[in-house]
Amino acid sequence: MPPIAPAGRDLRLDLFRGLALWLIFLDHIPANIVNWITIKNYGFSDAAEIFVFISGYTAAFVYGRTMQQRGVVVASARILKRAWTVYIAHVFIFVIFMAEIAYLTRSIDNPLYNEEMGALDFMKEPGDTLIQALLLKFKPTFMDVLPLYIVLLIGFPPVLWLLLRGPTVALALSVALYTASWNLSWNLPSYPTGVWYFNPFTWQLIFVFGAWCGLGGVTRLGSFMRSRWVLGIAAAYLLFAFLVVMTWYFPRYAAYIPKWFQDWMYPIDKTNMDVLRFAHFVALAVVTVRFIPIDASWLKSRFVKPMIMCGQHSLEIFCLGIFLSFLGHFVTSEISRSMGIQILISALGILTMIAVAWLISWYKDIEGRGSGSQPKPSDADLAGGGA
Amino acid sequence: MKLFAGILLGILTYATAAFAGAGGECGVAAHLVHADAAMPRVATAITKSKSLNVVVVGTTSSTLPGANGQALAYPARLEIALQKRLPGVAVKVISMAKPRQTAQEMADGFPKILKDEKPTLVVWQTGTADAMRGIGAESFQATLEGAVDRLQAGGADVIFMNMQYSPRTDAVISTAAYADAIRWVALEHALNLFDRQGVMRQWSELGTFDLLAATKSLDTAAKVHDCIGRLLADLIVEAVSTDPEKKDIIKQ
Repeated sequence: MPPIAPAGRDLRLDLFRGLALWLIFLDHIPANIVNWITIKNYGFSDAAEIFVFISGYTAAFVYGRTMQQRGVVVASARILKRAWTVYIAHVFIFVIFMAEIAYLTRSIDNPLYNEEMGALDFMKEPGDTLIQALLLKFKPTFMDVLPLYIVLLIGFPPVLWLLLRGPTVALALSVALYTASWNLSWNLPSYPTGVWYFNPFTWQLIFVFGAWCGLGGVTRLGSFMRSRWVLGIAAAYLLFAFLVVMTWYFPRYAAYIPKWFQDWMYPIDKTNMDVLRFAHFVALAVVTVRFIPIDASWLKSRFVKPMIMCGQHSLEIFCLGIFLSFLGHFVTSEISRSMGIQILISALGILTMIAVAWLISWYKDIEGRGSGSQPKPSDADLAGGGA
Repeated sequence: MKLFAGILLGILTYATAAFAGAGGECGVAAHLVHADAAMPRVATAITKSKSLNVVVVGTTSSTLPGANGQALAYPARLEIALQKRLPGVAVKVISMAKPRQTAQEMADGFPKILKDEKPTLVVWQTGTADAMRGIGAESFQATLEGAVDRLQAGGADVIFMNMQYSPRTDAVISTAAYADAIRWVALEHALNLFDRQGVMRQWSELGTFDLLAATKSLDTAAKVHDCIGRLLADLIVEAVSTDPEKKDIIKQ
C-alpha cells in the first residue's frame, strides 16, 4: 500500500474552500449586485466545483489515513458518521427554510402572483413535504449541495478502499460512471417532479478526482502540471471560456461564435456537470497551483486568515451561509433592494461568517487544551470541521 | 456631471413618453421593450390582408382571476391597444393560457392551434411552470428551439414573454436559468423577446406599482396587465414599422 504523499497541511485547500463558501453565499442571494464578482460570471465552472473537489480531496486525505492505520471498518464508520452529521445539518437548514416560507405564504397573497404562489403549495401538505425532505427528494432551491455531499459520502467507503489499492482503476471507474450517466440519463428522482439538481452520478467525478489528487495524484501529475504546454493550454482555455461567457452578457457579440460551434457547445449543463465545466475547473486548478505554491509565505499572513478559517470549518460555515442568504433575500425583498443595501448585506454576511469561524476555532482550541492529554485533532477540521 | 446626467435623463424620459405608444406610468419601462427582429409574417398580414390573428399561449400569469379577469388581463388589453394603433386592421387576440403548462405541454398543443386559429403571431409566455415543476433548463431550451421552428413553418411569427418579476418567490422558484434559455433561443432564432421580468422589476424599483403589497384587490394587477398589453403592442408595431412602405398605415 503506497503511503499518502503530502504530510503537512495544505493551506491552499482551506483558502479556496473558504473562498468557495463566500461565493456560494453571494450567489444564493437572488438579484445581488455583488454576484458580479463571483467566478460563475467569468467562466463555465463555479464555486460548486471547487467545494466538491476540495471536499473529495480532504475526505480522501483524512479517511485514507484512517483506513491505512485503523482499517476499513473504522474508516467507513467515520465516513458514515460524517454523512450523518451533514444530514442533520441539512434537516436543520430545511426547518429554517420552512419558517421563512411560512411567513412568505401569508405576505405574498396578491392576484398578480397566483401562479408563483403555486410554488408554496407544499405548505398545504406539510406531512408529505416533510417526509420527502427527509428522504432528500424534496430539496428547496439552493439546498441541493448538502444532499449531493451526503450521497457522495455514503458511497465513499468502497471508493476509498479502491483508491488506496488501484488509484487509476478507481478513477477510470469514476469516469465510466460519469459517461454512462450522461448517455443513459441516470439521476435520482426529486419530489414532486424532476431529478436532482446536482446529479450525484456525474458530480461524483469531481469528488473522486479530488480524492485521487488527495491520495498522491498531485505528485503523480507533478511533471505534467509543471509543463509549460499544459499551463499554456489551461490559460488559453480559461480565456476562451471567459470570452464565451461575455457573449451571454453582451449578446451582440454572440454572432462571432459560429453557429455549428454553438450547437456543439450548448447547453453547458450544470446538473450533469458538463465536460466543459469539468475542464474549466481543471484549467483553473492548473493555473492556481502554478502561481500559488504550497509554501507561499502570504498563505500564513493575517490578511488571508479569515478566508482560511472559514474553509477550516466548512460544514458550519456552509450552513451559516445558506441561513444568511435566506436572511439577505428576506431583506432585499421586504425592506430594500437598493444597491447600497445589497453591498451591505453581502459584506455583513461575510463578516458574520468570519466571526463565527473564529468563534468555532477559539472554542475548539480551548476544548482541545482542556482535555489535556489528547493532541488537537487537526484532521477533523481538515475534513470540514466537527467530524 | 450629476446635473448633466439628470438633465439628459429628463430629456430621454420626455422623449420616450412623447413617442412611445404606452405613455404614463407604463412608460418608465418603455426603454426595456424593443423589437430586435423583424416579423415579416405579421407585416404582410397587416398590409396585405388587413387582419391580424394573435394567439397568446401561456400559464396563469397571463390571466387574472375573477369575473372581469379575462377583460383585464394583458391579452385583452393587447387587443385593444393594437386596434388603436392599427386602424383599419382587424385585430383579434385569443388567449389560450392554462394553469401549470410546461413549455413541452404547450408545444404539444401548437399543431392544433395552428390549424384551428391560423395565427400570424404567437405570443409565447413560458418558463415559470417549468421552473416550478423542476423541468431541466436544458430540456426546456431544447423544447423551445424545436417548437419555434414548427411555429414559423406553420406561418406564425413568435414573441417570447419571460416570467414575472416576483422577488418574494425568488427563494422558492429559481428562474434565472429559464430566463437565460428563453433569451438564448430568442437570440439564436432572431425572435423578439418581451422582457416582462425586466419591465416589472423597473416598475417595482421606481415605485410605479407596488408589487409587494399583500392584497386581494385587482387594482394594481389590472394596471400592470394593461401596461403589459400596451407595451407589447408597442413592440409589435415597432417590429413591423421598420419598413417605410408599411409605416403609413400605423398610427404613431
